[in-house]
Amino acid sequence: MTTVTRRAALKGMMGGAAVTIGLPFLDCFLNGNGTALAAGGRLPIRFGTWFWGCGMTPDRFVPKTVGAHYDIPVELEPMGPFKDQTVVLTGFKAILDGRSNFPHTSGNISVRTGSAPDKPDEFKDPTIDILIGDVIGTTSRFRSLEVSATGDPRHSYSSRSLGARNPAEVSPVALYTRIFGPEFQDPNAADFKPDPKVMLRKSVLSAVAEHRARFMRDLGAADKARLDEYFSSLRQLEQQLDLQLQKPPPAEACVVPRGGPKDGPVGTEIGEATANHALMAQLIAMALACNQTRVFNVVFSDSASSLRKEGSSTTHHQLTHEEQVDSKLGYQPQATWFVEQSMAAWGAFARALAAIKEGDGTLLDNMLVMAHSDTQFAKTHSVDGVPVMLLGKAGGKIRTGLHIDGNGDPISRIGLTVQQIMGVSVDKWGSGSMQTSKSISEILV
Amino acid sequence: MIRSAFLVAVAILALTGCDPKEPISSGGPPEIRRLTEAQYRQTIADIFGDDITVAGRFEPDMRVSGLLAVGTGKVTVTPAGFEQYDSMAHGIARQVVDEKHRDKLVGCKPVAPNAPDDACATAFLRRIGLRLFRRPLDNDELKGDVEVADAAARTLGDFYAGLEYGLAGLLAAPEFLFREEQTEPDPDHPGQQRLTAYSMAARISFLLWDMSPDAELLAAAERGDLHNPKLLARQVDRLLASPRLEQGARAFFADMLGFDAFDSLAKDSLIYPKFSLKVANDAKEQTLRTLVDELIVRKGDYRDIFTSRKTFLTRTLGMLYKVPVQTRSGWEPHVFDPGDERAGLLSEISFLALHSHPGRSSATLRGKAIRELLLCEQVPMPPPNVNFAIVQDTNNPQFKTARERLTAHRTNPTCAGCHKMIDPIGLGLENFDGAGQYRATENGVPIDASGEIDGIAFKDAAGLGRAMHDDPAAVACLVADAYRYATGREIASGEKDYMAWLRDGFAEDGYKFPKLLRRIALSQDFYRISGPAGSSTVREAQR
Repeated sequence: MTTVTRRAALKGMMGGAAVTIGLPFLDCFLNGNGTALAAGGRLPIRFGTWFWGCGMTPDRFVPKTVGAHYDIPVELEPMGPFKDQTVVLTGFKAILDGRSNFPHTSGNISVRTGSAPDKPDEFKDPTIDILIGDVIGTTSRFRSLEVSATGDPRHSYSSRSLGARNPAEVSPVALYTRIFGPEFQDPNAADFKPDPKVMLRKSVLSAVAEHRARFMRDLGAADKARLDEYFSSLRQLEQQLDLQLQKPPPAEACVVPRGGPKDGPVGTEIGEATANHALMAQLIAMALACNQTRVFNVVFSDSASSLRKEGSSTTHHQLTHEEQVDSKLGYQPQATWFVEQSMAAWGAFARALAAIKEGDGTLLDNMLVMAHSDTQFAKTHSVDGVPVMLLGKAGGKIRTGLHIDGNGDPISRIGLTVQQIMGVSVDKWGSGSMQTSKSISEILV
Repeated sequence: MIRSAFLVAVAILALTGCDPKEPISSGGPPEIRRLTEAQYRQTIADIFGDDITVAGRFEPDMRVSGLLAVGTGKVTVTPAGFEQYDSMAHGIARQVVDEKHRDKLVGCKPVAPNAPDDACATAFLRRIGLRLFRRPLDNDELKGDVEVADAAARTLGDFYAGLEYGLAGLLAAPEFLFREEQTEPDPDHPGQQRLTAYSMAARISFLLWDMSPDAELLAAAERGDLHNPKLLARQVDRLLASPRLEQGARAFFADMLGFDAFDSLAKDSLIYPKFSLKVANDAKEQTLRTLVDELIVRKGDYRDIFTSRKTFLTRTLGMLYKVPVQTRSGWEPHVFDPGDERAGLLSEISFLALHSHPGRSSATLRGKAIRELLLCEQVPMPPPNVNFAIVQDTNNPQFKTARERLTAHRTNPTCAGCHKMIDPIGLGLENFDGAGQYRATENGVPIDASGEIDGIAFKDAAGLGRAMHDDPAAVACLVADAYRYATGREIASGEKDYMAWLRDGFAEDGYKFPKLLRRIALSQDFYRISGPAGSSTVREAQR
């Protein structure tokens, strides 16, 4: 048996993605400027989040200049090539209103829900990807895709309510199978034959949905919400099956990766996490190009990053607290190394999206990715200025190439603005001192 | 003070030998709990046989107030999770009706194999539906599901293929995936609600076997036996006498000891080259096997788990314990010498490795785990702005051992409050590194493993084990966890006297774990519902 190494598999997949130039015979589907399908529909706009744990080193991350033509400090270097397609947001504050600063969760939850948590790691309100997914994600095969590069399905910060945390896919092989396995329908396939078994599967679900009235009858509010979520999940699958019964609209940028990745080691060692992340980035990019989902959540490292370097007794998180600031360098060299590696992964993710040509540009033109962390400077668990970056042009709905300093404004302003860009009809978001109706007008087009 | 009062009370009880009556208590609300992965798998294996493969990924459980069991009453099913349940449902159903299994499992034959057969489909789905829903299907449910099977049989021209869709419908239904507790008016206490017999059966079975009730228990529920104390006892004793009690005990202790953390346990391969996935799996199994042997097979005293030197080892584990293991593959019993550093649960690799960092031991994590998992206390979160530099710098020439580093850390007053509570406990285990291997020195300095727990001083791990053995809080924690595990909820304020009664009874029973389970399963409080069913105020008050 020939063994295929992870590297070879990755190369093969990347090769597949890299040659994804709009196939000539599909050009006829596009209008002159390539932004709309000739049939009438515009290219879909997608949304995703990209998370890394343990923040950054303010002196090495925050650009010195604000506005356009901002400088690229050393920790941001991997994003240099994407400067014009990025908004860097610093100095926005998670305001906790006297609640404890739960280390590594208060900042994360504030960014994603606009509210500070009452308990550590408690996601009470829907996260921003859910709110946006409810608007843009209901017509694709998957409502959203969640992945974590560090091997733990619980490393996911996408949640509709308490107890409804979307589990992350941790294996590139499982992710590949889920997206491109037997149930995948190639949008560009010449022939289409609906499978009667899909219809039957759907009829099973419709019959189960009939149980709803009886099941919900005697429930208290909390249980009702939980079972509501079960039935919404069921409906979501019904919709997925519905889509499989229709001929999918063509997707010019969709090139189905041939053969899947090979399972490699999965875990918190940074080499493993980086390799897994690279594979997952390719799969997510192609899932978007193939219209399989419009929403995704990537976790490169968990909040309170458990990334570690082989042979070291100390994880990234521990280093942020333990390592002395090097007096000559002025920062913690080992902890900072992990920040640099995290930003390198973010750069790799951006490249994976940019490698896919769509219309007369790339996937990045038709999407928005919100990258953020759990803290500003992890050593002190500071949540004043948790770093956030917005990548992509969102179909022309956002002005990019800017560094914006929030000057201590509530960090929920970012989430509010992002929702508005993505077409969510909302004019006020967040709670307590983070409730805001003030969009970041500088980036709105 | 409290400790001695407790001991006196225990002594009096033991002398008088009386078993006071169960006090009147409030009971709690009915719960809706999502099946755990183990419960799902065990139930499918029980109904269809263990050669049916369950292929799919389960949503992670959620730990609430220290137990996954309490979290099962809070979690739901996400879109990605449902996708998996649906695919598992079809995978299971396909196997049940395939040519290999259909004769054994379907139980009837269609008139024609290529057409719907209402009678056979109804008989099969009614019988299996009872097992899966843990209660009989009502007419609408059964009719709806038979229609699905019939329609599919017609479309595909195959009775069995049709049945596959009918069965998948039951397996994907909320009535299977969630344990829904149903209530009815209590004839003995007008105005009050009680659990239905079927819901009682489920509580008993999930508590003792960690799976859905078997056919016999469901039949007892149907006959109304479970509302008769004598007949209830007969069923509870039958379940307690079954080898499946082991499965139930394993599930409980895996939850209480936080063993789900093994799923993501990683050790640095350069620092601990002997620690592998196999070691992690074996270490977890060693502890569960030892607990089952001590508590279920030998019906021992719960407190002895902290001191017992009897355990089981594999050759893989032997390498880390530095003990020769004869058995090439598999397990063999092992007894540590009286003078050995290893004694009891706390000195097992599962506990030591789980509560360490990937590349070093942690007296703090271990002390915290003892307080939280075994004494049911809550340790506050560390304040956000802490300088850990001294504690963590294992190369600091001034502070060579963890003890020295932690002492320096504890002089910081904001840290002192909590660390005084946890570090002196964890330091008792410093003779074991982050992979649970014995070491006499750290950085060339002999390790001093003395410490204290709630005023009781000890010299080493064995001494810590003895202190835990004698600590009434450890016993009270087990009782509280067992009850919270059994009900899937917090203890209600109206159950204080009941909990005291359980604790006293446990002491009187010689701290025998199966007797504690029996006492819970036969008590009235276990089945009592506080307030009318569906009263959201009752449900919400408990959350």
